[in-house]
Amino acid sequence: MSILIDADTTFIVQGITGREAVNLTRECLDYGVGAKVVGGVTPGRLGREVHGVPVFDTVAQAVAHNGAPIYGSVVTVPPAFTKDAVFEAIENGIELIVIVTERIPRRDVAEMVELATLRDARIIGPNCLGIIVPDVIKMGGIGGPAKNAAQAYTPGSIGVISRSGGMTTEMSSTLSAAGLGQSTAVSIGGDAIIGSTYAELMPLFEADEQTEGIVIYTEPGGRMEAELARWVTENRSRLPIVAFMAGRFMDEMPGMSFGHAGTIVEGKEDTASEKIARLAQAGITVAERIEDIPEMIRAKIVERAPA
Amino acid sequence: MRFFEYEAREIIKRAGIPVTDYGFTTDAAEAREIAQRIGGPTVIKSQVLTGGRMKAGGVKFADTPEEAEAHARDILALEINGHAPRGVLVDPRAEVEQEYYAGVVWDGTRKQPVMIFSPVGGIDIEQVAEEQPDKVGRRHFSNILPLSDFQAKEVVASTGVTGAALNRLVPIVKRLASLFVENDMILAEINPLGRLADGSFVALDAHMDIENEARGRHSRLLAELGVGEEETRQAREATPFELAGEQVDAMDHRGVAGNVTEFDGNLGLVIGAGGGSLTLFDAVRAHGGKPANYCEIGGNPSVAKACGLAKLVLQKPGVERIAVMMSIVSNTRVDIVARGVIKACLELGYDPAEKIAIFRIPGAWEEEGFKILERYGVDYADRSVSLNEAARRAVEKIEGAPV
Repeated sequence: MSILIDADTTFIVQGITGREAVNLTRECLDYGVGAKVVGGVTPGRLGREVHGVPVFDTVAQAVAHNGAPIYGSVVTVPPAFTKDAVFEAIENGIELIVIVTERIPRRDVAEMVELATLRDARIIGPNCLGIIVPDVIKMGGIGGPAKNAAQAYTPGSIGVISRSGGMTTEMSSTLSAAGLGQSTAVSIGGDAIIGSTYAELMPLFEADEQTEGIVIYTEPGGRMEAELARWVTENRSRLPIVAFMAGRFMDEMPGMSFGHAGTIVEGKEDTASEKIARLAQAGITVAERIEDIPEMIRAKIVERAPA
Repeated sequence: MRFFEYEAREIIKRAGIPVTDYGFTTDAAEAREIAQRIGGPTVIKSQVLTGGRMKAGGVKFADTPEEAEAHARDILALEINGHAPRGVLVDPRAEVEQEYYAGVVWDGTRKQPVMIFSPVGGIDIEQVAEEQPDKVGRRHFSNILPLSDFQAKEVVASTGVTGAALNRLVPIVKRLASLFVENDMILAEINPLGRLADGSFVALDAHMDIENEARGRHSRLLAELGVGEEETRQAREATPFELAGEQVDAMDHRGVAGNVTEFDGNLGLVIGAGGGSLTLFDAVRAHGGKPANYCEIGGNPSVAKACGLAKLVLQKPGVERIAVMMSIVSNTRVDIVARGVIKACLELGYDPAEKIAIFRIPGAWEEEGFKILERYGVDYADRSVSLNEAARRAVEKIEGAPV
């Protein structure tokens, strides 16, 4: 099995007529068994088609056309319009929203996440590439064109969670090359506030029988790793975890911003070294090099397996 | 982006929170006039975006306008932690009975803003939280439900404050929370918040930090405060090299080729995107390499932009070679980056095979990219070579590098 999405998942693309969104739609339709992209939304473009997907002015029209509730939405509208688009999705019964858009002020993100929580919906991102279930379906730009995604991702038992979209693919490719496939890989985004953190995705992987181990990519900044360490300890997780921490050099330059908006080191608790210590305390192995991850996770899975 | 104290106080004043009758100036003689108008003892405070102002001699007390002018002259000439002051603030020396703390920040785990209040102010709130945890109140509040007085009342009362002080503090804390939300702040702090002999409260210092991504919707406020659009107020000022990087990125709207940070090493880096850059920068250092810069490429930039960035890095004094490395790309095209960096070498009269220590970008359009690299004899690697291994190979090619 997988988490979040499977072969039957229906979704729409909000902002579908944008250049990147057109490509993303093509990629999702082509990958695996072919995603059920049941519609797209761009205000004022009702009646058009993008790769055969009908375009609507509103999410409500897309739902009506589908004749049944739609499960997900990939949101690719500009930052100033993202909050409204996500509110529209939630209020029309969408349960899973992948926000691709970058540079959204965190107040907007916090508002979207709080409304989603009230309505039992889930947000992945913003500033993320989405979700992929190898050889089955992808929702978002993750892995790129179907051909490229197929090269990096293979089905298997490792859950991947990453704050960097590109590194989701790099790590999965390394796992695949070592014969370790992925159950589901999730690019969660690199911003200071995001819809779903490591700790918030863990219960889903925990409940997924196919998943035997977790690999995460992490960076300095924020308290998300501390939250994961606490979750793992408190819930006596069955899943072994290996983490890779990039940006160790940033410990020497507090207050400087590199890469993701969430990576800025603001206090001593969110440095790379402090996070590594916290993860280690919770029994999470922190890899120095990506190429070491496959053997580490394999060894940990064997260790946990009942004799 | 951080605000200077004089700007933060203006924001507080506009929100209806009482402030002292201070004045801001960049001129010592004017400091004297302000002190004269205030008509009593004053405090002269350096306006710098760095901590340790008091210890460095950036805060001085004056009894007369003449003294205020002399202090202002000294402080205006005083650099603190490498920062020249923007000006001085001349503040009446208030007779404070007790100092409090009020602040609002984001809690990324709860994904809500949190009001923080303490009856122990004037020192770092982290220190109070460590030494007297029962004296620090915290109260999260909703992003979508209206903010209400009772929430401010709860956070103040939770620290044991009652009586008239409680009732006077509630509107101040609530207004601070409102201005935090309305202005897209990531920090809004009044410390100290002073209680005067008559029981009234006044903000004596303030820290404000607005989120960069939200600056666009506060252009009126920023203009009124006199904040220039080009002001970024990073932990250190951008160098000419970094500014040139911004220009490269602004060449066209296709993708990203910029976010350059200068270092003093000899290995130029053309790397990306976010997570890949962080990983590669660490890897180069782990192998004893000295990066000349940090940068980011992503989102499928044009050949011209990739070329512009590579040229900038190649021309940086001290750079011996460049390493062109990225994690597996899906929407950036390998061949476009290859063309860009080769073009940069050729236009500067360099042999790409010599100047490019390694090219490791696997992914979309890699066959086309590798073909071009082969034609120019550039050492390249596909996904079977890890980021770490690519970094090691690049470092090895730099003269004098440890073997």
